[in-house]
Amino acid sequence: MAPSLEAPEPVEDVLANPLKQKPNLVAPEPEHCPGPESEQAGTADSCAGCPNQKICAAAPKGPDPDIPLITARLAGVKHKILVLSGKGGVGKSTFTCLLAHAFATNPDSTVGVMDTDICGPSIPKMLGVESETIHISAAGWSPAWAMDNLAVMSIQFMLPNRDDAIIWRGPKKNGLIKQFLKDVEWGDLDFLLVDTPPGTSDEHLSVNTFLKESGIDGAVMVTTPQEVSLLDVRKEIDFCRKAGIRVLGLVENMSLFVCPKCTHASEIFQATTGGGRALAQEMGIPFLGSVPLDPRIGMACDYGESFFDSFPDSPACTALKGVVRELAGQIGLDAEDVMPE
Amino acid sequence: MSLSKVKHIVLVLSGKGGVGKSSVTTQLALSLSLAGHSVGVLDVDLTGPSIPRMFAIEDAKVTQAPGGWLPIIVHEADPSAGIGSLRVMSLGFLLPRRGDAVVWRGPKKTAMVRQFLSDVFWDELDYLLIDTPPGTSDEHISLAETLLQKARLDQLAGAVVVTTPQAVATADVRKELNFCAKTGIRVLGVVENMCGFVCPNCSECTNIFMSGGGEVMASDFGVRFLGRVPIDPQFLVLIETGKRPRYPKGTAVNGQDISTPSQEQNGVDETKDAALLVHKYPACSLAPIFKTITADVISAVQVIA
Repeated sequence: MAPSLEAPEPVEDVLANPLKQKPNLVAPEPEHCPGPESEQAGTADSCAGCPNQKICAAAPKGPDPDIPLITARLAGVKHKILVLSGKGGVGKSTFTCLLAHAFATNPDSTVGVMDTDICGPSIPKMLGVESETIHISAAGWSPAWAMDNLAVMSIQFMLPNRDDAIIWRGPKKNGLIKQFLKDVEWGDLDFLLVDTPPGTSDEHLSVNTFLKESGIDGAVMVTTPQEVSLLDVRKEIDFCRKAGIRVLGLVENMSLFVCPKCTHASEIFQATTGGGRALAQEMGIPFLGSVPLDPRIGMACDYGESFFDSFPDSPACTALKGVVRELAGQIGLDAEDVMPE
Repeated sequence: MSLSKVKHIVLVLSGKGGVGKSSVTTQLALSLSLAGHSVGVLDVDLTGPSIPRMFAIEDAKVTQAPGGWLPIIVHEADPSAGIGSLRVMSLGFLLPRRGDAVVWRGPKKTAMVRQFLSDVFWDELDYLLIDTPPGTSDEHISLAETLLQKARLDQLAGAVVVTTPQAVATADVRKELNFCAKTGIRVLGVVENMCGFVCPNCSECTNIFMSGGGEVMASDFGVRFLGRVPIDPQFLVLIETGKRPRYPKGTAVNGQDISTPSQEQNGVDETKDAALLVHKYPACSLAPIFKTITADVISAVQVIA
């Protein structure tokens, strides 16, 4: 029989089940598997008849022993900010990089960027550290440094060839994210920015579970103005609500395009339903601002340069600075400290 | 298997999100339908389904028949006009509320993908287009596994890979091409989307996301380059509001004049009716471009079959 999704989504269930080392299964997980690492593993109704039942039932239960290690590792990190969006290609990575550069303009702050997009890592290219590799020492993995005070970690650093595909299912991705948090020598950071892939799946659940104990300041949502994109972002806000992640605010990216020849402003991605501002109002979350579509941002990303340094006088730059200031206010910081003029 | 009556299965893939997989799928479906083929669209983007919105059928609900699901009919075949039927299946139809998040881990997504492939009654179809989420993970592995196991060799035609021109996007899409190579899925060709935007005021073309990246990538990997698709806000307006695309006088695509005749203002069909989409789409500037792309895809499929 075909299953129906009319029943309420068991999101709480998924969120309540902390991730642990997955036991070695003898068969693939069945559809209604409670998760081999969950509390009900081996004892749930759907486990009856599953060849893995004994293995799952014997697996150690209780909280993940690695979470205290993660918390200890990240003890020196003052603020942890997630960058989320249900939709792909709206500028999560671009915004993460711009935010990192903005925070790093204060030489006294140290910023870390963690790229949890395992299948499509963009951060290394955008920060100009694509050719870096990871160094492993007794203290842990050393991140790559894009600037003196900007550390980066991404799966891209571990690939033998730049174009290699990472064909991984969920559990393997979760394992790597855990290592990024547990084994990377982040040191004392003022900000740790976590860039995520689109959607609401394994990576998002893992980041949330692993960081819950050490405290997440909140999440910044990125969207583009059209309804097709808002639709997915709405789902992501719903996810944050259910997972108990504070939404620091919504940024509308690619809002207007100003023709370089005639300065006519066009709405390329038309906000037929009111755009990001209306969505923020509807969902009751702060609206951080709109950033216009400037081809030079994309170009700066392709070359791994800082847009703030390359084009400090452009309108997009002014808009971005406004967004960063708003965001600083949301996490209770003085905008002047975060990004001095 | 419910795919037994499907002649050709075409995947629409991209390693990068937001490059236009769903809009390319939509336009391929419309163009194939306009060419007289019967088309099905399967949306396996489980955590962010966009296809229902694209076809203006967000409120539709799937009907349960004994042993499977019936897809949503966008429009029936119209042999007199040479239009083939169009059917759609998406996870979006199964959600109680449209804003609900689907928070699923891998195994559940895998199960749902398998079910989508086996339990939907497609009936006779010339083409089944499968729209995918970005990446190379659970959905893609399951899709590739299931199709390679269950579909007949001549059924699985291959994949259309979508990218945007900038280096950040092609970097991810190169990974997707390697995924295809590893899993043995043929690449029918590469579409370079969002290449250039023509200012509606002065007709100056700006390459917002640069230009040519997709073509370079296609030649690097030795796959066919299907063409460049510019950004046309009128297509989005058509999708979002159902307004027939209108262009100022003198607008031309590939030398063909597509400007709206002045007497043809405010038509009567300006509603968001899904059945009318196929009639309004030819007025869009992207339609002739997709006609060529579709013809290329069809010929690539025929060579294989």
